[in-house]
Amino acid sequence: MLLSRPQIVCQEVVELVSDYLEGALSRGQRRRFERHLAGCPHCSEYLAQMRETIRLTGRLVPDDLSPQMREEFGELFRRWREDADETP
Amino acid sequence: MPTTATRPGRNRRSVTAVDDDARLLERLRAGDEAAFVALVALHHDAMLRLASNFVSSRAVAEEVVQDTWLGVLRGIDRFEGRSSLRTWLLAILVNRARTTGVREARSVAVGDATPAVDRTRFNAAGAWASPPEQWVEDAEERLGAAALAAHIHAALEQMPPRQRAVVTLRDVDGLGSEEVCAVLSLSQANQRVLLHRGRSQLRRALESVLAAS
Repeated sequence: MLLSRPQIVCQEVVELVSDYLEGALSRGQRRRFERHLAGCPHCSEYLAQMRETIRLTGRLVPDDLSPQMREEFGELFRRWREDADETP
Repeated sequence: MPTTATRPGRNRRSVTAVDDDARLLERLRAGDEAAFVALVALHHDAMLRLASNFVSSRAVAEEVVQDTWLGVLRGIDRFEGRSSLRTWLLAILVNRARTTGVREARSVAVGDATPAVDRTRFNAAGAWASPPEQWVEDAEERLGAAALAAHIHAALEQMPPRQRAVVTLRDVDGLGSEEVCAVLSLSQANQRVLLHRGRSQLRRALESVLAAS
């Protein structure tokens, strides 16, 4: 018979949450993690906050290339082509 | 740099984005300048942000990005498509930035991590003494999307460079964990440590502004 491992506590849950979201917990860890969540509304809230944090971070918008930068990179390209044409 | 505006949904790159790369690459190989500029436009912001983690000024970061593109143009025939174009690009960028830069912390110090949540919020048995307040449902209503984005941006700025690089590549640029490991030469375990610290720090930042709202 297997001895059951001790249950994990809230303070451990908050450190395991990323591994959980990354699918990096072992099966046993994952089971204990989910069992804890099922009985702990605070840790469930914490997990929801981590998911929301990731969602909100994913909404930062990358800057578009400015017209000036477009021109600069166009020039970079033309210089490279000239160099490439000169080298036999 | 990302602006503090927001967009609907996640920035996961779709299959279309990868197709875009492939099509633009074909045109670039045929000598099409517009294709080159379009390719630059697709990746420039992510590259500039990534480079900024290794060098001390924006000007130097811009130089590293330009230098990378020049290297890409020169080596375009050597790109075999075994990795995605983006992984290849970003890996070249990191190599160049590392040679140029001085800011990067060399190792991931695993021991002295700040806990995800301050120890004082748990009792002696490790259970919540001061549990998280609820804000997931109404964070945007309470602060507005633009203010939330500005706080996330500010929290990212405060992170150590490699941690910021991992979080930004994963959660802003939408790279997968394997891609991030390849680009930054990290093990999966270290990537997860940095991601965990970064995301936990962002959550704390949101919690503190939402608690004050």
